[in-house]
Amino acid sequence: MKALINRKYIPLFATAGVFIILYGIASFLYDGFFSVLVVTNILSDNAYLGVIAIGMTFVILTGGIDLSVGSVFAFATILIASMAEQGYSPELAILLAVVLGLIFGLLQGVLIHTFKMPPFLVTLGGMFFARGAAFMVSMESIGIYNDFYDLVLDKANLWISEEVFLPASTVFFLVVFVIALYIAHLTRFGRSIYAIGGSEDSALLMGLPVGIVKVLVYGINGMCSALGGVLYTFFTGSGNPSNGVGLELDVIASVVIGGTLLSGGVGYVVGTLMGVLIYGTIQCALIFDGRLNSWWLRIAIGVLLLLFILMQRVLSKNSESDS
Amino acid sequence: MDQDVLLRAENVSKEFPGVKALDGVEFSLKAGEIHALMGENGAGKSTLIKVITGVYQRDGGSVKLYGEEVYPTSVLEAEQHGISTVFQEVNLVRTLSVAENILLGRQPKKYGCLDWGAINAHARKALARLGIHDLDVTAELSHCSMAIQQMVAIARALDIDAKILILDEPTSSLDEKEVEALFTVMRKLKEDGLGIVFVTHFLGQVYQVCDRITVLRNGGYVGDYDIKDLPKIKLISAMLGKEIEDIESIELKERERDVSQAEDFLVAENIGKYGVIDPLDISVKRGEIVGLAGLLGSGRTESVRLLFGADKKSSGSTRINKNLINISSPRDAISKGIGFCSEDRKGEGIIPNLSVRENIILALQAKRGTFRKIKRSEQDSLANHYIEALKIKTPSPETPIKNLSGGNQQKVLLARWLAVQPELIILDEPTRGIDVGAKAEIEHLINKLSDDGVAVIFISSELEEVVRVCDRINILRDRKKIGELIGDDIDEQKIMQVIAEVHDEKEQE
Amino acid sequence: MSVVNKLMANRLVWPIIGLILLFAFNGLYGEGFFNLEIMNGYLYGTVIDIINQGSKVMLLAIGMTLVIATGGIDLSVGSIMAVAGSVGALLINESELPFWVIVAIALVFTTFIGMINGVLVSYVGLQPFVSTLIMMVTARGVALLITNGFIYTFEDPEFVFLGNGHFLMLPFTLTIVLVITLLTLFITRKTAVGVFIEAVGDNEKASRFAGINTKSVKVMVYAFSGFCAGVAGLVATSNIKAADTIKLGEFMELDAIFAVVVGGTSLTGGKFSIAGSLIGAFLIQTLTTTMYFLGVPPEITTVPKAIVIIMVCLLQSEEFRRILVSLVRKGKA
Repeated sequence: MKALINRKYIPLFATAGVFIILYGIASFLYDGFFSVLVVTNILSDNAYLGVIAIGMTFVILTGGIDLSVGSVFAFATILIASMAEQGYSPELAILLAVVLGLIFGLLQGVLIHTFKMPPFLVTLGGMFFARGAAFMVSMESIGIYNDFYDLVLDKANLWISEEVFLPASTVFFLVVFVIALYIAHLTRFGRSIYAIGGSEDSALLMGLPVGIVKVLVYGINGMCSALGGVLYTFFTGSGNPSNGVGLELDVIASVVIGGTLLSGGVGYVVGTLMGVLIYGTIQCALIFDGRLNSWWLRIAIGVLLLLFILMQRVLSKNSESDS
Repeated sequence: MDQDVLLRAENVSKEFPGVKALDGVEFSLKAGEIHALMGENGAGKSTLIKVITGVYQRDGGSVKLYGEEVYPTSVLEAEQHGISTVFQEVNLVRTLSVAENILLGRQPKKYGCLDWGAINAHARKALARLGIHDLDVTAELSHCSMAIQQMVAIARALDIDAKILILDEPTSSLDEKEVEALFTVMRKLKEDGLGIVFVTHFLGQVYQVCDRITVLRNGGYVGDYDIKDLPKIKLISAMLGKEIEDIESIELKERERDVSQAEDFLVAENIGKYGVIDPLDISVKRGEIVGLAGLLGSGRTESVRLLFGADKKSSGSTRINKNLINISSPRDAISKGIGFCSEDRKGEGIIPNLSVRENIILALQAKRGTFRKIKRSEQDSLANHYIEALKIKTPSPETPIKNLSGGNQQKVLLARWLAVQPELIILDEPTRGIDVGAKAEIEHLINKLSDDGVAVIFISSELEEVVRVCDRINILRDRKKIGELIGDDIDEQKIMQVIAEVHDEKEQE
Repeated sequence: MSVVNKLMANRLVWPIIGLILLFAFNGLYGEGFFNLEIMNGYLYGTVIDIINQGSKVMLLAIGMTLVIATGGIDLSVGSIMAVAGSVGALLINESELPFWVIVAIALVFTTFIGMINGVLVSYVGLQPFVSTLIMMVTARGVALLITNGFIYTFEDPEFVFLGNGHFLMLPFTLTIVLVITLLTLFITRKTAVGVFIEAVGDNEKASRFAGINTKSVKVMVYAFSGFCAGVAGLVATSNIKAADTIKLGEFMELDAIFAVVVGGTSLTGGKFSIAGSLIGAFLIQTLTTTMYFLGVPPEITTVPKAIVIIMVCLLQSEEFRRILVSLVRKGKA
């Protein structure tokens, strides 16, 4: 019995194993890879990705998908940059971007739930819509030069030791991560998300508020995508309507590599954190190497995602034949 | 007497487009009784339950709950009135823990967080009420046996203060020990004063645990009996709509043919699928019509699906014309001369948006291969030939098949298989849900096929039909083959006796 | 009345009406939209331009039609275009192979990529959008690897002719579209492939029970989609005489899906219409060109395109119709 229970953690162990092995190989190959600095760098470089991946984790847990994240992300960056350029206060711009992201996500959720349209289709439409909207704001990249940004980048850092610090975006990501853990494991809302992904029909018959939960989850993910965009503006100091093309795959990959099943119902917020770390490790190793084209990252992520999906299928087939 | 009646349904009717699913049905449930709801497929059992639990709204009649008319509009609302239902396919979330499944949506909280300690403790208490004490409530439900899952579903149902518990086919995936454990629980709940509605197709179980039986047939009300007034054979005849005297006086079979000298076409030995159907032998000769008889869920459909390669078998071998062959997909089966009309006409038969013509030529085209397309003129003549020969009523061969009536769709599917000129055709419930005229035509057609030397395996819920059509009948029960009748031995009463006898034997064991 | 009804029931009516409206709009507001002139023996004009520019979408739409008819989707076509372009541009620069061999190599390669999509969907059982999304990103990575991020330019007359040449006074791209269309019509009409595709898309289980090899049907349509995307990629590369692997084919999957959906093939699969998809492709290119004339950059046109796709799908959704009907009934009561 005990051994059986543990099996649901196999994908999680696999993820942890992949991370350790990857990190180990990279440390072996590249001098200076094995250091706290590299780990904090991996975290801070991918804080934006992590925030979106957490939103996506909830969507995938309900058995859905959201392909629009990269475009909503880009829209947020360019909206903030453009508004800052026109003299609006950046706080207001950030708030507006996040609220718009939320509304956009909610709308997608309504289309998906009320009209029973396939999630990939609705969010594919959303992906192109938001991308076009981003270009409507500005066709070109816009730099952000303002005091608020300087202040945050200079002062809002969490110093761990004399040399190592976590930038505000990383701290923000970790806060989001903790909130997500709370939602997923300690609220009825979170458990309903799991239940819907496990079996939507059963969840309905059990009297759970399926519609509300589903719509909210897409709303949260839209908001997370916009928040990811906000973090990215701090990271790059600019907004660009062509940001995040193909980001949806990186996000989905982080979630799935983190042990969340694409079919829904099973997965972990912790796993998503590890998925993001794996993504970051590959990226960082490619930078350390310097010889390999950055497009190897894309290929590696694609292949890794495929392998994890295949592994999940094999595992779920096995457990089906068992019971 | 009336005050202990929990539920009384009177003269309930429910219509779906083209079908009277319920017509003047009566049902009553007292506190402290287990009441069986019996009937063959399409009798209206599940429709009645869905009306009571608010999934459907009735078209006529009344339903009184504790003496007052109550019509819930959802399962949730029915639960608030104290009616809990455990549906046939357990409606739980298998990816969550046992405890969560019992309390989902009602989890206790502390300081704004779910109180997992309280959740697990409550779940343990709920299971203890059912006599389950040593179950790890934090285990994922999918790792529990079906029996435990069933118990968890009941625990959840009872956790909301249910007065009426409806169990829809709860035993279909349980083994005997598990069934006995379930019955113990049911008897205990009965003593607690609950009214339990028990829907099942296992006759023996009814006699083990029930106090009363209500029988439905074809959406109509047959009767409400005390268990001691209705011996098994009478129950079967009530379900099938045959008076015993009628059965005894039935005239001899219409058709007398001797196929004993014919050679075997297909011989399957020991074919089975783990957990679905126990290994059994099926054989059929050229020109012979072999029937599979048995109640719903007896394994008659499952066994022929293995023959056709629609499902993967886990044991057994198949010979055709004495040669050992391997059938692992419908394509293999078709290439070996086997055709199969599924009972699920809509899901596994028709291609709804394709025309009648295209539906007719599809299997033949698949058999000929992609690159030898059947010429349009040949398609037209094939389609017209079968439309005429089978009297298919369609505005034109180009009408999408979804616009045809059920009987005509069925004939198109028969035409699809006739067009491949199979040596063996397997017909699973080819006459279900179609009118009498069409039924007679299909029976006639089956006879004609066998006269032409085609082997036929025929499945029908209507015993009368099986008896009329078949040369040999395999009788199945509880996923096992339990008997075979040949030629003059075939009559309805004997079949029913075989089905009933096995129950008796089993109980004596 | 019945003639009108019959006409309205035809799936081609809506895209044609849309096309007429767009043309009318252009005729009224666009100057010289319908002008045709002959220069150097070639036909020139806006409409000709639209056909020439639209040839890539048309090619993609043909392949996409068959994929969608089986109930699938192919999001990787844009990236596959980039692969074809990079293979073509690389080989024309770095090898001595004759042009037709290069074309053959590029197309075999893209067909193979499509086949991988098909195997993942049918044999492995991944959802079509998942496997083709992975391919969308991975294939572009492969394209960038092939060119090493370098934008290969070329002047090879044969390669340039592919996307810029003329044949019978008309752009050569039209001939390519015509050939691929005829090839597709031949395959779907003269063999049983067409009816098999429709059957699989309409009811896969019943198709399997009727003896159709549903898996190989699926592999075939994705492979064919890869082939069509390959041709489109070569044409697009030839158009600008360079393989820009980052931009080449970007967002083209949207146009292709748009063309198919507007052309009357349902995203749930089943009956399909190649002619409808071609009209749909023509429609979307006209839309793009019109908006370009209005000064709207092509990146922004994704907004109205996305809205139209969602609206069409909404209208096809049974749930939406049901809700609409019940609203209308309520309004009457």
